[in-house]
Amino acid sequence: MSLAFNEQAVASLKNLPAAPWLENIRASGAQVFSVTPWPNRKTENWKYTSLFALDQQAYHGAAPQVNLADDQLFAIAGLDAQRLVFVNGHFNAALSDKIDGLVCVPFSQANAEQQALIAQKLNGTFKQEQHLFGALNNAALQEGVLIHLTKNQVCKKPVQIVHVQSADAGFSSYARHVIVLEQHSEATVLEHFVSAAKIAENIHNQLTEVFVGEGAKLNHYRLHLESGSQSHFGGVHVNLAANAVFNSFQLALGGKIKRIDVVVNHQGSGAHSEINGVYLPKEKQHIDFHTCIEHAVPHCTSNEVFRGIIADQAKAVFNGRIHIHKHAQKTAAELSNKNLLLSNQAEINTKPELEIYADDVRCAHGATIAQLDEKARFYLQSRGISRQEAEVMLSFGFINELIDGIELEPVAQLLRPILAKQFISDERLARHLI
Amino acid sequence: MLSIKNLQARVEEKDIIKGLNLDIKPGEVHAIMGPNGAGKSTLGNVLSGREGYEVTGGEVLFDGKNLLEMSTEERAREGLFLAFQYPVEIPGVSNMEFLKASVDAVREHRGLPAYDSVTFLKLAREKCKAVNLDQNFLKRGVNEGFSGGEKKRNEIMQMMLLEPKICILDETDSGLDIDALQVVAEGVNSQRSPERSFIVVTHYQRLLDYIVPDYVHVLANGRIVKSGGKELALELEEKGYSWIEQEGK
Repeated sequence: MSLAFNEQAVASLKNLPAAPWLENIRASGAQVFSVTPWPNRKTENWKYTSLFALDQQAYHGAAPQVNLADDQLFAIAGLDAQRLVFVNGHFNAALSDKIDGLVCVPFSQANAEQQALIAQKLNGTFKQEQHLFGALNNAALQEGVLIHLTKNQVCKKPVQIVHVQSADAGFSSYARHVIVLEQHSEATVLEHFVSAAKIAENIHNQLTEVFVGEGAKLNHYRLHLESGSQSHFGGVHVNLAANAVFNSFQLALGGKIKRIDVVVNHQGSGAHSEINGVYLPKEKQHIDFHTCIEHAVPHCTSNEVFRGIIADQAKAVFNGRIHIHKHAQKTAAELSNKNLLLSNQAEINTKPELEIYADDVRCAHGATIAQLDEKARFYLQSRGISRQEAEVMLSFGFINELIDGIELEPVAQLLRPILAKQFISDERLARHLI
Repeated sequence: MLSIKNLQARVEEKDIIKGLNLDIKPGEVHAIMGPNGAGKSTLGNVLSGREGYEVTGGEVLFDGKNLLEMSTEERAREGLFLAFQYPVEIPGVSNMEFLKASVDAVREHRGLPAYDSVTFLKLAREKCKAVNLDQNFLKRGVNEGFSGGEKKRNEIMQMMLLEPKICILDETDSGLDIDALQVVAEGVNSQRSPERSFIVVTHYQRLLDYIVPDYVHVLANGRIVKSGGKELALELEEKGYSWIEQEGK
């Protein structure tokens, strides 16, 4: 019988090589992780996501160094981006571009000044005591990317950070990214997760911390396109200064267990966040999106739209929290979550969670769970389209509405065929969509 | 072409069509008029095979085949076209994808090769022009954000592309101003041919000024209670429906 996951994790962390400048953070992460109670059904944040399966599998082999022949797994046709690639958590220089025009370095290559900036920013967006897998990420801290834009710097070319998982045996890999945008700077960052076609079950724990300075703007994408055998525990935590803007598009295919936290802290007046998200679990996959929008100061706005299609016996969790603090007057916050269930064994647990302590705010939220619209299906069938193809088209359209809103058209073009083929056994049913 | 004998149908346990007879020959245009709640829209839905519209009696032969045994898509492929009173908006699915899927399905059924996308785009643009619809509508979501008139023109464009044998226009005039009505009527008239028949369902005589029917039927309380030539529509316009409903009882 295997050890419980957390005991095993702590034991195996000792074997991870440590950079001296990260040692303090690692020690504190390990300490917090070891004393944090392991979640169970009564832990509100983990109510619908059981970690039991983690105990059943050995995930603590060292993440192997694997070389990839080419960039086929993650190339995005037509996207002119600068790219950094990590394979099983290890930085892969051969597959990565030499980055021009901005500070964008792997932790392992950071100079003293950059190390100091990373160390200063780490854990600035969350408290590890309240974030189990954040604490674990700290405990395993070793590699990641620092992106730093100086005041007024505008980086037109998107930065694509790729994580490839590829191995025959189970392991855990870790990474942390720190994105710092000084005043009035602007950047586009695409986090792209993929896995090799044949891969053992493993765990990836990746957190991104984002600091958007006054009047600065980050366009952010996070695409979880790993195979269904993968587990992921991670997320994006964002601090917004005054008039800062955070635009984010998130998409996740299902995994063995995927838990993604998206937290946006509006800390300066006039800050705005816009988050569109999609989750598409099928078979016996599981996805859990926990989002939390913190409005701590007046005059901020946030708009969040998540849609999911859950097929077969898959299970999804969406928790959308909006927390408007006492002084956050004139906040305008919107949240919408719509779900489509494709089978009567599919499961969605959706919970919009509003906590409002200010009295002069505008806050709208809604969550729906539905099956395909009969009227729309009849309309398509009345034009000769088969029922099966009509269903595929309607499912596609339900998500494609959000994909149509993506600013980077090559990313939309990457996602549409994946979406069109996601829920079908016969490719012909998607032939009019791709 | 279409022969309806003693058709009876119900929706949500309520009998709506109560013994309807209608015989339509190739090339004919039949108008079906009637007061609200007479069963006009139900007829279109029943003939298209919509779920929830339960046929409880009678038969419908379409070119000699039993229409009621076919699925909705089979009816469409056989050549039955329903122009909706309220065309459905389908965001996220482009009009072009939808039209291609539809035309491909119908052509495949008729043993015709699928159009390649270049040819089809050209064809779709032609039809757009014919109904005075901007080509940009091809890229937009199906009926998404279209005005009432644009939706109806999109319906007529689909009809032109699918080349059906029989078209049922379900209150196509509702929500249209006079200009849009003319465009739609011209579209319909351009499709009239000795082989193609039409059932024009309408509450008002107005549409029939533009699409001149061969026959006018009055549907009341689930039955056709009076039939006549196009002059019957004028009479109805003048006198309303109540005198016929009285006659029908």
